[in-house]
This record gives sequence, structure tokens and C-alpha cells, in this order.
Amino acid sequence: MTVPAEPVPPIHATTRRPLPTFRGTPPFPEAARTALADPQLRANLRRATTTIRDKRSRVVAEREDWEQLRLAGAAIKDEVLRDLPALLERLERAVVAAGGVVHWARDAADANAIVIEVARAHGTTEVVKVKSMTTQEIELNEALAIEGIDVWETDLAEMIVQLGHDLPSHILVPAIHRNRTEIRDIFRDEMGKVGRPAPADLTDDPKQLAEAARRHLREKFLRARVAVSGGNFAVAETGTIAVVESEGNGRMCLTLPDVLITVLGIEKLVPTWRDLEVFLQLLPRSATAERMNPYTSMWTGVTPGDGPQEFHLVLLDNGRTDVLSDQVGRQALRCIRCSACLNVCPVYERTGGRAYGSPYPGPIGAILTPQLRGIAHHPVDKQTASLPFASSLCGACFDACPVRIDIPEVLVHLRAQVVEHAARSHRIPTPEAGSMAAAGWVLQTARRLGRAERLASLGGRVVGRRGAIGRLPAPGWAGAWLRRRDLRTPARESFRAWWRRTGGRDDAR
Amino acid sequence: MRIALFITCFNDALFPDVGQAVVRVLRRLGHEVEFPAAQTCCGQMHFNSGYRDACIPLVDGFTAAFAGYDAIVTPSPSCAAMVRHHHATLAASDAATRAHPDLQDRVAAVTPRVYELTEFLVDVLGLTDVGASFPHTVAFHRTCHSVRLLGIGDRPERLLAAVDGLTLSPVPRADQCCGFGGTFAVKNADTSIAMGDDKVADILSTGAEVLTAADTSCLMHIGGLLSRSGSPMRVMHLAEILAGPGPEARR
Repeated sequence: MTVPAEPVPPIHATTRRPLPTFRGTPPFPEAARTALADPQLRANLRRATTTIRDKRSRVVAEREDWEQLRLAGAAIKDEVLRDLPALLERLERAVVAAGGVVHWARDAADANAIVIEVARAHGTTEVVKVKSMTTQEIELNEALAIEGIDVWETDLAEMIVQLGHDLPSHILVPAIHRNRTEIRDIFRDEMGKVGRPAPADLTDDPKQLAEAARRHLREKFLRARVAVSGGNFAVAETGTIAVVESEGNGRMCLTLPDVLITVLGIEKLVPTWRDLEVFLQLLPRSATAERMNPYTSMWTGVTPGDGPQEFHLVLLDNGRTDVLSDQVGRQALRCIRCSACLNVCPVYERTGGRAYGSPYPGPIGAILTPQLRGIAHHPVDKQTASLPFASSLCGACFDACPVRIDIPEVLVHLRAQVVEHAARSHRIPTPEAGSMAAAGWVLQTARRLGRAERLASLGGRVVGRRGAIGRLPAPGWAGAWLRRRDLRTPARESFRAWWRRTGGRDDAR
Repeated sequence: MRIALFITCFNDALFPDVGQAVVRVLRRLGHEVEFPAAQTCCGQMHFNSGYRDACIPLVDGFTAAFAGYDAIVTPSPSCAAMVRHHHATLAASDAATRAHPDLQDRVAAVTPRVYELTEFLVDVLGLTDVGASFPHTVAFHRTCHSVRLLGIGDRPERLLAAVDGLTLSPVPRADQCCGFGGTFAVKNADTSIAMGDDKVADILSTGAEVLTAADTSCLMHIGGLLSRSGSPMRVMHLAEILAGPGPEARR
């Protein structure tokens, strides 16, 4: 591959159309309906999740001590959450001692303002970016675009999403909803608008696609003076930040520019260097089904004459301390963003990630997003409130989670918070709350239940045919069930009525 | 051994045959079964839907109805899991209010005696052959709560394998959820149906005559889809197969 000797002048992209956003995503059932109606999306998702799921099972099964590793991972993260204030201050001291600058950001606006200020101080009009969930959470790209600063995503899948004016749909593989042909079309149509164009004869061969991406990105790596990254881990003891990636684009961003800004969620700490050992085994096997991660970059502050000469670490709260205050929900902060829960989730496999209305999709998104948006403390919007219900509670996510987050437990816990907020803010109970209260009353005594069963049996005989209730224009939950599923009519004689009549002796009716 | 049947509200109203089958199996094995008439519901629907307060009286009622039995047997893994995993937590949350005196102690006395049917047969009675005969090909659906919450493993398959004349037809992607999920089935009906459609396709690909599972709720969902599509596949709870006549009765 030829590398241009002189940096290529930038093509500014700030005249682009407005950046896509998750804001305005409808509640999950509605967003899911749109996704389910797209057969291409469902085929892409099924193929991709099945492949990664099978690979993950194989490499996890190789480790006899997998369960011990999971327990160790969970224990280290719980220790971090317990000692967070002290560990954060320790990290700050270590980073400052190594020549870095530490900033504290209460929320997204704080963090974005810090990044903008640093970028401006260097007079840059563009930054290159390492793939980072935290900067998506705070919508940094949008904030920088408003300031006229171009952001170039350099992770292959993130670049596909950015070039396609698209939204990510997976934590690790944000373009999982795209197949090769769609990617070829995006490269051919969009690369030239923001830099080196794709070859005119580009095919959907993965090698060709990767080569086009490499050439397109290379001029940006060589030109950019400021890079922005997130971080997978931060070692409190040494002040070392670690980025774990598989393409080498991260290494380029972390070493070539003069200035590096890392935005890090405060839960990303590990106490000591040695703790990394556990996570560098758990993460690659859970995420990409690799035994060892391909590119693991670690740096401590600034090293004179080597790599960025100015390092800023932005420590982000943005709702995390609220999550920490919830005894059940706080386990979500153990998350190391591996995506194993997405890949095994039967709901995610059908709906894809964008239905979750947040950069954090799938089971972890369903428990993290509502908590970051403050569900424990105040009523949330309808979309957020729908997320804890976007699960059949099958439990596959808990089994796959490398840090043992009991996602079903947290889902049910958050459902209770949604119900409590609704009860407080509605003077008249919602239809659902009313039905649940009525059912609760009926189920309190056997006598009431027996009466209700007799009523249901009569009703069933009115609407049922040959023991089943078929298609019926019914409102609410009954209609939702009957649209595609028949329902067995309530029995003519309930079990308890049969027992009362026969004493359990006559089982030939 | 005093054995109580916990029928579950769902089977009581919709699938009484399942309860009758459990009684038949246990009686054939020489055990008497009692039906405590005060029983109603374990509270799973309310709990999983976020209505925790409504669960406490149900936990209270459950412990009262089943106090004093040596074994409480239920044909529902997900209800068994609800009792074992959550009744203690709910009782603890009630302890501060003292609305139900001694609830924690009563729950601690009752919950360890709750067994899902296949656990009771295999672990307590030490059996896999219950003397049944069922000359059909059968697809077995592993329900999520039986495998992941209750950990009953392959007990149902071992019981089915010992049934005279029965051929088990393995279902592809057997660990995938069918999409029922309690109120998920109606609150997220489209996703639930999409999951169910894929499960139905996997089950039909086995060519089996009969679909069975250890839990009626999943069967109601999958069976509802099968029935609507006009499929001839029969849907039966595992207990109904185990209660089938012995080989000598067939002759």
C-alpha cells in the first residue's frame, strides 16, 4: 500500500445534512414493529448473531475456569463500585503525575464542552476518533459538528455507519444490520464526498472493501492533530488507560496525533494492573470470540518524544452515580461492553439495535439506558419506560454475561420502578394497573378465583369454537394475543371444581 | 410422604387435564396426592410485570395453603422458579412493614419443599421410567425457565426417553426462547410472534407428531400459533405423556 508523502488537504463535511439521532425513537413495541417488517434486516441479523454466538460458545467452552473468571470479573468490578471515590482520586493523581490533564464532567454537556475547548485551543477543524460508546452516549459528534469541527470515525463499522448517515445498532459491530453489498454501495457513493473516493470498480469482496477503507482512512490518520477516544479500562494504581480493538485504527489514533482526549465513564476503573489479566481474558472471548485481543493499546500520561504530547482524560458521570445508588440496578455498571448479551438475545436478534433508541441496545441497553436516564429517581419518557419490558426474561443474557450481570433481575426491578412512577402520576389507575389490581384481588382467595374461573368458562364458551378462541377483534391484550394466536377456551370445569366434585378420584370425564 | 399438588392458577383455569395427568402419574407410582383447596397463584405474573405489592398477599396465601406438606409438586417450572427464587425476597421486603407476621419464617419452611414435576420424579422418587407408553414421535421444547432458572437440565428428556414406544425428535436451536414471556406476549406482541414463528418453523422441521414441554404457558403460545396456522401437530404437556397408559394397557 502506498502512503501519500504529504498530508492530503481536508474536505470539510460540515455542510453535511444533520446528523441522525436516536431522539424521537418511538416506544419499543412500535420501533420493533418497523424493524420486524424489514426482511433484509432480519436476515442480516440472524446470520450475524448466529455466527458470533456459535463462535463464542466454542471459545468459552475451551476454558475450564470460565466460571471462576466470571466470578473474578464480577468481584473486581464490585470492589471498584464500592471504592469508586477513592479509586478515581487515585487515578487522577497517577494520570497527573504522568503528565496528563484530568477533567471531571458531571454530564454530557460538561464533557462535550471540555472536548470542544481542547480542540479549539489547538485550532483544529477535525478530529479522528477511536470507536467509543461513551462519546456516542454524550453525542459528542453532534456537539463538535455544531462547532464546525469534523469528526472522522475510524473503526470500520463506525465508518460505515457514519458514511451511511445511519445509526449504530450494535455495541461492537455497529453496522451489523448491513450486508456486504449495502456496504459496497455506501463506500462507492459516500467516500468521495468526505475524502479519498472508493475505486470505481469496487466489489463487495471483503478484502477490497477493507482496502478501500484503509486508503480512505490513512490520509485522515496522517493529517489529524487531535484524536478522541474512549477507554475500556483505566488502572487506578498506575494511571494507565487501555483500549482494546481489533483493526489497528485505534492504535493509529492513539499514537499519530499530537493531542489525545479520552472520554471515560467513571465505572471503567480497575484497581490494579494485575486486574487487567482477568478482563483481557473475559472480554475478547465474549466480544469477538477471540482467544486474545488483536490490538491492545495502553498508555500512561505522556511519554516525551513518543506518541501524543498532550493527554486529556475526561471522567464522565452522566447518571452513573445515580445508577450506583440503586442496590439492585448498580450491577449494570460492571458492564465491559462486550455485546455477548446482544448476540444471544432472541429479542435483539429479531428487532436489531435501533429499536432500543439508544447507543446501548439489547439486554444491557434495556437496563442501562433507563438507569442513566434517571428511572430510579423520577418518571421517564414513554420510550425509556418501555425498555425494561423489551424482554421475554429468557435469561440467555445472564448466562452469557462475562461479569455476571443478572439482567433479568434488573429488568424486573426496573419494571417495578416504571409501575410505581405510573401509580404516583396517575390519579386514576391506567387500564393495565386496573387489570392487575383486579387480578390481584381475585387471586387473593380461592373462593374468588373459583368464581372467576366459572365466569371465564362461560365467556369462553360464548366466543370459543371447538375449544379454541380464534381471530377476534378484541381490544388491548386479548386482541394482541388473538391477532396471530388462537387461545384455548377456559375449561368447562376447572381443576379445583373437578377435585371438589370427585375428590381427585374420577379422572375419566 | 404427604404430597400436595400445586396446580398453578393458569393450569387450574385453562388446562385442568394437566393437573389430572399429574395426579394419575403419581397415583400409578403408589403415591397419594392432596389438593389444598386454599391455593391460588404464586404471583409470577404480577412480579414479572412490576406489580410487586400485589405479590405479598399471594406469597402469604401460598405459604398458608401449603404449610405442613413434605413435598409440593407443580407441573410448572416457571411457577416453581418464582416460588424458590422470589418468595423469600418478597417476604423480606414485607418484613419491615410487619403486615404479614412471620412471613419470612413461613416462606423458609415451605419453599425448599416445592418441586417441579420432573425434579420430583427423578430426584425425590429416583425414577426415570414411570411406566408409560406413548407410541409417537415427539418434539420436546426446553422452556427457558426450566433450563436457566430452575436448572432441571435433561430430566424431562430422560423421562421421555424411558416412555415405551416414544421417539424423541431433536428440535434445532433448542435453547432459543419461544417468545411467550408472560405479559411480554401481549405488550410486545409483534416481537413475541416473530420469535414464536421461528420456533414453530424449527419444531415443524422435526416432522414430529406431538409437541411437548414441561410448562403449559410456552405451549399455549406455540400451540396458539400452530392452531391458527391449521397445523395437525398435537400439543401436550409432559405430564399428559407420562400419564399415558402403560404398555400392557395398550395391548
